[in-house]
Amino acid sequence: MNVVNDPFTWAGNVIAQWLGGFLPPVGVDVTMMVLRAGVLGVFALVMFMVMTWIERKGVARIQDRIGPNRAGPFGLLQPIADGVKALTKEDITPDHVDRVVFNAAPILSSVAAMIVFAAIPFGPGLIGADMNIGIFYILAVGGLGIIAILMAGWSSNNKYALLGAFRVVAQLVSYEIPHVLSIVAVVMLAGSMSMITIVEKQPVWFLFVLPVSALIVLFSGMAEIGRSPFDLLDAESEIIAGHHIEYSGMKFALFFLGEYVHAFAVSCIVAALFLGGWRGPNIFGLTVPYLWFFIKAILVFNVMVWARGTLPRLRIDHLMAFNWKFLVPLSLVNLIVVAVADRLAQAGGLAAGTWPWALVMLVFNLAMLVVALALVGWAGQRARRAAEPREMPEVETHDEAHDAEHAPIAAGAH
Amino acid sequence: MTTLQVMFILLGSITLAGGLYTVTARNLFHGALGLIVALAGVAALYALLEASFLAAAQVAIYIGAIAIMIIFAVMLTRGVMGAYPVKDLWSLAVSSIGTVLLLAVLLVTLFRFNWPQTTPAAVPADSIAQLGKALVDPNLYVLPFEVASVLLVAALIGSAYIARDKK
Amino acid sequence: MVPLTWYLVVAAVLFCIGVFGALARRNAVAVLMSIELMLNAVNINLVAFWRYLEPDKIVGQAFAAFVFIVAAAGTAVGLALIISVYRSRDTVDMENVDLMKW
Repeated sequence: MNVVNDPFTWAGNVIAQWLGGFLPPVGVDVTMMVLRAGVLGVFALVMFMVMTWIERKGVARIQDRIGPNRAGPFGLLQPIADGVKALTKEDITPDHVDRVVFNAAPILSSVAAMIVFAAIPFGPGLIGADMNIGIFYILAVGGLGIIAILMAGWSSNNKYALLGAFRVVAQLVSYEIPHVLSIVAVVMLAGSMSMITIVEKQPVWFLFVLPVSALIVLFSGMAEIGRSPFDLLDAESEIIAGHHIEYSGMKFALFFLGEYVHAFAVSCIVAALFLGGWRGPNIFGLTVPYLWFFIKAILVFNVMVWARGTLPRLRIDHLMAFNWKFLVPLSLVNLIVVAVADRLAQAGGLAAGTWPWALVMLVFNLAMLVVALALVGWAGQRARRAAEPREMPEVETHDEAHDAEHAPIAAGAH
Repeated sequence: MTTLQVMFILLGSITLAGGLYTVTARNLFHGALGLIVALAGVAALYALLEASFLAAAQVAIYIGAIAIMIIFAVMLTRGVMGAYPVKDLWSLAVSSIGTVLLLAVLLVTLFRFNWPQTTPAAVPADSIAQLGKALVDPNLYVLPFEVASVLLVAALIGSAYIARDKK
Repeated sequence: MVPLTWYLVVAAVLFCIGVFGALARRNAVAVLMSIELMLNAVNINLVAFWRYLEPDKIVGQAFAAFVFIVAAAGTAVGLALIISVYRSRDTVDMENVDLMKW
């Protein structure tokens, strides 16, 4: 491979050769592992800076203003200014908190978001660890971040933080169900949980084959991170600012970092599962898979910024009703419909991965979506009709008292 | 001492330390955090044993769901308020002695048995696909699988009913 | 290669730690946590035996998966019972819950 096609593998080989000059093979292996993990971690942190810049500029433009434009050209150095501010803020630790747990919660929150990057396929050979349970690993480590929120809420010695933490955990745990069920549909079609295999099975992007799954994964992903429009429970303008009410300075910045890194991780997952990952045409004859993956991930993140800027916040009972009454049944039905459609299409002679097969799946999916939305509309109509005030029957109100009441006034006005 | 053995000793010690902290912590929330460390250690042991699906399932089910349930129960039953009284010295002594005896019996039985000394065969590459097929194969485990789903529905409905607000 | 006995020793010690916790703790939630430790120790045993003795049969992994499921269901119901007892009796101390019916 040459430098442009695969610069990371080329650089890795050069460094391994240099290390092999003076280290035993075990030492070379361990050092290369540590180096790879370090590069992934640093990449996550650098992407955090890019994400905050995109978010602030994007939301600002949607709100018809300019956004940060003082720190550096186009405000590009704004994240660095934010970091300096967070570092120089006073680190207040309230009385009677449980020190160890209080300090460990933000660390766990950001680390749990960063270790997702070990299983994300940036290119054909560019993956931290190609496990045969790739996507399942990503779903499993999502649970670690939830523990961090409970730790933060409990150790703050503040009943509002505890209540906020309970509600956030209830939301996160509820939205895991449609998330996992829709990813199971992808695994079913790809035949494997390994991320590289899932990307390789997408000559036709899964976005066109499984649009309902893609939408559900995107929505539940947004709810899993706790982003608008699902951020009633930990938004800054709410009175109960949630589990990180007692954190200030760098610890709060770590929570913030965890949230944005998690958002980028969810964007990468959606790009790998549904948008064909690193597949893309060659630019000027050079294959640049990592560039295509990057573009797709940033595109998905832009969709999330768009949703944040335009949609109002959902109330907690609307949020839960949306999940339990719409997303969960829809994911279950989606799983059945996708399985049936896949078998029917393959029995009809269409090979998986071709455009005719994709068209059949798309038709089935869109039919299911139309039926689901029609059912929701019908239910909404019923609720609206039941809530309308009934019409009052006509009652004759003219009688002696009424006339006597009005006549003296008319008589007395002279 | 190969790297695998060093890693096993490290992970085993972390698991046992977490377990010990769980059963001896006065503060129940700290005990729950010790339980999470022990569960994560067990997941790492599964990964060492090349049971990758079970390792991820352990993290997802135990840490992602059961540990959260236990922490909720600790908080809802006011377990956070201060340290807990332990049992009196007599019952502590009896349980310690009983546990040590049990451990002795188990270890003696373990070491006296003649375990097969051959190196184990390799795990087949598609063990996850085999597990999936086995869970729905009519000759294998479809019946326990379906009964397990009925069990989970019963547990769901039952616990929601038992723990509801009775007002 | 890690010898099989090492895994079995770790599982045995973890099981005994769980037994000690179940016998020596007064809080019902602490007893439940110790029971979780015991179930995990049993699972380590199952998976170790699967790996070292019969890695090509899927029985070991399937058995361990079923233990996961049953443990989860049992913990859920147990915690619901503890919360219900707490609501009516305002205690989760095992020493105080000693009547069959009140």
